[in-house]
Amino acid sequence: MGALLAVFGCGVLFAVGLGVSGMTDANKVIGFLNFAGEWDPSLAFVMAGAIGVHMPLIRWIKKRTQPVFGAIFHLPTRQDMDWRLLGGSAIFGAGWGLGGFCPGPGIVSTMSLLPSALVFTGAMLLGMKLVQLLAPPPSSPEVNGP
Amino acid sequence: MSESILMALIGGALIGLSASALLMLVGRVSGICGIVDGLLARWTSETHWRASFVAGLLAGGALLMLLAPEVIQEPATRSLPLVAGAGVLVGVGTRLANGCTSGHGVCGLSRLSMRSLMATLSFMATGFLTATAIGFFSGGA
Repeated sequence: MGALLAVFGCGVLFAVGLGVSGMTDANKVIGFLNFAGEWDPSLAFVMAGAIGVHMPLIRWIKKRTQPVFGAIFHLPTRQDMDWRLLGGSAIFGAGWGLGGFCPGPGIVSTMSLLPSALVFTGAMLLGMKLVQLLAPPPSSPEVNGP
Repeated sequence: MSESILMALIGGALIGLSASALLMLVGRVSGICGIVDGLLARWTSETHWRASFVAGLLAGGALLMLLAPEVIQEPATRSLPLVAGAGVLVGVGTRLANGCTSGHGVCGLSRLSMRSLMATLSFMATGFLTATAIGFFSGGA
């Protein structure tokens, strides 16, 4: 129970971070991705801030033999390149530039109950389900088991 | 502009802190789309923590609505059909690539993963291309 509460807290913190940073404002995201208008580069600093904190903390966390709740660290180990990775990311980027939402901000923004956030997130869940049904990953040790 | 940059840095730092806490507490990577995707598949022993995290995201959204509604209440400039198409592309793309802005962009790059670097370069490139093309053909806006 303590673990689930802690994970819940991580979700809250993540959402607040997205909101504070400006990532939940789809128009601001489009202003960042659109060089043709008045380019707003500020969102590049979201990734800088996140990586600036997370990268050093990972090194510190990995000195532990196990997480606080749980037996092992589940970190992705794959290093191969394939078309699913590159093509999938390209498709994701096109959708991001089209709508101004990526998955986290989409989910958080549904709480505004605005049609755009609800339609985006519903369509995103549909897209995810489509891949599960039509093009499941060949073998996915970094996702959950059977 | 400089205030925007400061907020972006602070918000980003909170995201990095959340990702670090999730790793330290339950040993998991904060890939939003992977977490959500798991909830759409057959439920397993991992469902509980995934559901807790998504519930936290929604609670965080509700908190933002209470304290700073302007950050998530901006009326979108894109039409609903475009937004729906965007959603499908984001859902399909992130699942094919097994990661999105958080999983590849924040967590993967922080681990110096080459896969995540290539994924991030790929989605940033098409993101810039798509938004710029739309901006260009609709007259700069």
